[in-house]
Amino acid sequence: MPNMPHLISRQAMRLLNLLGLLVGLGVATAAWADDDRQARQLPLLPAYQQECASCHIAYPPAFLPAESWRRLMRTLPTHFGSDASLDTETAAAVSDWLSSHAGTYKRVRETPPEDRITRSRWFIKKHDEVPAAAWARPAIKSAANCSACHPQAEKGDFNEHRIRIPR
Amino acid sequence: MQPKHLTTHQFKYLPRALLVASACLAVAAHAATPQELLATYSGQAQAPASPSRGQQFFTNTHGGEWSCASCHGAVPTKGGKHASTGKAITPLAPAFNPERFTDPAKVEKWFRRNCKDVLTRECTAAEKADVLAWLLSLKP
Ligand code: HEC
Ligand code: HEC
Ligand code: HEC
Repeated sequence: MPNMPHLISRQAMRLLNLLGLLVGLGVATAAWADDDRQARQLPLLPAYQQECASCHIAYPPAFLPAESWRRLMRTLPTHFGSDASLDTETAAAVSDWLSSHAGTYKRVRETPPEDRITRSRWFIKKHDEVPAAAWARPAIKSAANCSACHPQAEKGDFNEHRIRIPR
Repeated sequence: MQPKHLTTHQFKYLPRALLVASACLAVAAHAATPQELLATYSGQAQAPASPSRGQQFFTNTHGGEWSCASCHGAVPTKGGKHASTGKAITPLAPAFNPERFTDPAKVEKWFRRNCKDVLTRECTAAEKADVLAWLLSLKP
């Protein structure tokens, strides 16, 4: 009997999770598959969308290995020169979700310097056609600003046919 | 919304379950008006807010690299741009963006982060009140 409220509140939690899922379902992202063109749609965890997409896009979890995501999630108060601190509960949930959807394909398996997608070897190789000066253009500012050149990046779409490098 | 599989035994706990659910939602979306937030901050500061001090505070770099204006723009009635990532930021002044200053937890989270980035410390209640008073004075 003393367990009952516990049981019911778990049901309430499930209801909330479902609600969250429905909210998150609207947004999908691509995973880094064997074939870059073959984009797998992945619904984003609502907390990830809410907490990690204010200063930049919600980067696809498959673009970094789990170890990088976990380290990033442990060091949020000093996040690339910005304070991105989160309450521990939310941080743990986001960290778990990111690491369970992290990249496992061999190109993504090794942790890049600074845990940056933009310093991964596959990233540098894919972008070798971008002139060095382009990264610094005011409309781009940073390689981490994916959506400057990939207009659908927010939706996880990095397809090479939709790239537009701003002047 | 009513789960059909609940037995009558479980049923008497349903109101409590709904209460838990709605309490969680209420916390997540705890609403306030910018005016209420201003009153709270001024009350904590135990002094009236000054819009002109708020404007100065907002555009000053406080000895560091960034000011609030570096990302939000000097007059945040228009959108801004994150100073390092370039990501677009919607206007901060409530008259130009009704979502601003309506979620106290969100407001506190961003004051904490952004003040640490700009001033390497948290903002005082008086500073928050000044900034908000100035933002509220910006009208179309
Ligand atoms: C307060 C702003 C802010 C928030 C919130 C934030 N970030 Fe960042 N993030 C940054 C900045 C600034 C950079 C560096 C961007 C640059 O170099 O142009 C960055 C870079 C990154 C990078 C590396 C990008 C690259 O160069 O490959 C990753 C990965 C990342 N963030 C993940 C996250 C995750 C996960 C969260 C949510 C827990 C998060 N960020 C929340 C500001 C933020
Ligand atoms: C300065 C513009 C620019 C920025 C910023 C940029 N990219 Fe790219 N991206 C390109 C170009 C150009 C290509 C090469 C397309 C080709 O292969 O011809 C490319 C290719 C890619 C590809 C391979 C696509 C394919 O179909 O083969 C991926 C994945 C990708 N970028 C991810 C990212 C991510 C993630 C970011 C942000 C962290 C980013 N890009 C930032 C311009 C950019
Ligand atoms: C490095 C960039 C940057 C700087 C500098 C910055 N902010 Fe922000 N600020 C952001 C981002 C990103 C958001 C969240 C994105 C959004 O809500 O549009 C935000 C959100 C906020 C919010 C949340 C308001 C709401 O209700 O949605 C407040 C308040 C705020 N900033 C105040 C300040 C103040 C005060 C300063 C100066 C001490 C400042 N910011 C400096 C980037 C910045």
